[in-house]
Amino acid sequence: MKGVRHYPGFLPMAVACLIILYAPLIVVMIYSFNGSTSITTWGGFSWRWYADVFTGPEAPRFKAAAWNSITIAVLAATTATAIAVAASLAMIRGGRFRGKSATFALINLPLMVPEIVVAVACLIFFTTIGLTTGYLTILIAHITFCIPFAYLPIAARLQGIEDTYEQAARDLYASRAQAFRLILLPLMMPGILSGFLLAFIISLDDFIITNFVKGAGMETLPTAIFGSVKQGIKPNIMAISTMMLAVSVIFVTLSYLVNRIGQRTRA
Amino acid sequence: MSTAIDIRSVVKRYGTATALHGVSLSISDNEFFTLLGPSGCGKTTLLRCIAGFEDVTEGEIRLFGQNIAGLEPNHRPVNTVFQQYALFPHMTVLDNVAFGLKMKGMGLADRTARAGKMLEMVHLSAFADRLPSQLSGGQQQRVALARALAPEPKVLLLDEPLSALDLKLRQAMRVELKTLQEQTGITFIFVTHDQEEALTMSDRIAVMSQGRVQQIGTARDIYEAPVNRFVADFIGETNLLEVTVERIEGDTARVILPGGHAITCAAVGNGPGKHHISIRPERLSLAATGDLEAVVERIVYLGTDLQLLTRLTTGEEFHIRLQNSARTALPPPGSTVALHLEEGAARLLAD
Repeated sequence: MKGVRHYPGFLPMAVACLIILYAPLIVVMIYSFNGSTSITTWGGFSWRWYADVFTGPEAPRFKAAAWNSITIAVLAATTATAIAVAASLAMIRGGRFRGKSATFALINLPLMVPEIVVAVACLIFFTTIGLTTGYLTILIAHITFCIPFAYLPIAARLQGIEDTYEQAARDLYASRAQAFRLILLPLMMPGILSGFLLAFIISLDDFIITNFVKGAGMETLPTAIFGSVKQGIKPNIMAISTMMLAVSVIFVTLSYLVNRIGQRTRA
Repeated sequence: MSTAIDIRSVVKRYGTATALHGVSLSISDNEFFTLLGPSGCGKTTLLRCIAGFEDVTEGEIRLFGQNIAGLEPNHRPVNTVFQQYALFPHMTVLDNVAFGLKMKGMGLADRTARAGKMLEMVHLSAFADRLPSQLSGGQQQRVALARALAPEPKVLLLDEPLSALDLKLRQAMRVELKTLQEQTGITFIFVTHDQEEALTMSDRIAVMSQGRVQQIGTARDIYEAPVNRFVADFIGETNLLEVTVERIEGDTARVILPGGHAITCAAVGNGPGKHHISIRPERLSLAATGDLEAVVERIVYLGTDLQLLTRLTTGEEFHIRLQNSARTALPPPGSTVALHLEEGAARLLAD
């Protein structure tokens, strides 16, 4: 069979796609090291905008926003992962039950519904039940849309674990809880970590929903950056964007690696 | 001898499908007992009912007198060797073997010592610190055995444990299993679809088909005195011939063979009329005049044996096995031979 490289038009298409996808990112990364205050003319290599992020006039704002973003991401990802573990156990080990496909659809719904709709719906919901928008509402919204991202790798992993391991454990005098804790949970762990990391990064990155439900004076990193950009793009935005990009890349890579190690330890 | 397992009219239904139709059997302490049958006959279901992975729909399973139906698997003094071994992939070989002891509450030093002894018994002491994925199939199999035997179960259940091994290893493991069973004195219940496995290892065999026990007996019983067509056909090779039964007296019958010759043979059940007899292919000899006449179609060389594929002059396919000796004069294909039935070779079967 011919390799994909031999299809006509493969090279120009691939190059075009890569440029469209990554050129803007590369420009941002390069200009984050720009020495001048202009965002278009190159003024030599410098770390000044990185220093500006941490010590400049906007530093306290960014610091508070980063703190919010990270704590929300940790809490939302942890909660979503716990829910996803329970959901995957019910879906994959729970046998057949009424409404199983409906449940599957519900778990994954946040992937399909347009974000803006979720954002508006969340805002209306929170104001209707009288919840003041702020840290808590962001957290609740983040947990909701993180669940499917945590669920998918966990469920995929669990699907690949034969139930004879739990049976063997039960057969060897382990209670239900022990069989879960000592056998199934460790075997699921690569999927769980992978799901957690994915949920974490999705929460960290979210802008639309967060912007709707955050309330006045409350910022996460993406909304803080957006607020900053509205007053004109300064090179410090490029520096902070590059840092966020780096964090994202690290987490996604970790998630991938964890999964691959998991594949190898599977019997 | 005391009874280890007493299965009384066990019925297992999944929705509308019935996997076990009132199975009753009783297994003695210290017995190597085999459940033998084709796939889907209910043998694995029965094993899973004993282990506690399935609930019985009706009936009782008594383990040394105690009804265990309804007990969780971890409360049954019964351990299983799984078909795919199910060794815990994230634990070392030693931890795998010690797992059951740990769950029973044995201290670290004691269980490490005991697991070490079990590994010695299966000749794997050198592999204690490896992960299961670093072992060969045969080694994994022996770890699974050691793990299941370590907590000293009253009964060991084996679910087709040899089916994933290659032939040489399988034959070696048969001997090893039988030796282990004798050494430990634990009752083994072995599930297989491989009749050779069943015949070589078992004290007794239950032949199962379609959720029912067809026959229980020693290897010799079920091979030489099958009670019905299924057992005769499933165990070993046999020729089933339709005959006319003239009369039955006690446990012998007078039957007329295809071709008109009348013989007296052992019989189970069945009154007069058209029924089947079984004739083992090795219980025949070529003779000048005989009970049956056949045309040789093909001769298959099997090493120790020769197989003659023939067709009776009345049209039925008929197999004959002769020992391969230098003196065996072989009829050429196409020739007609007379077949002499040895004493007790034929047996009238229930349908």
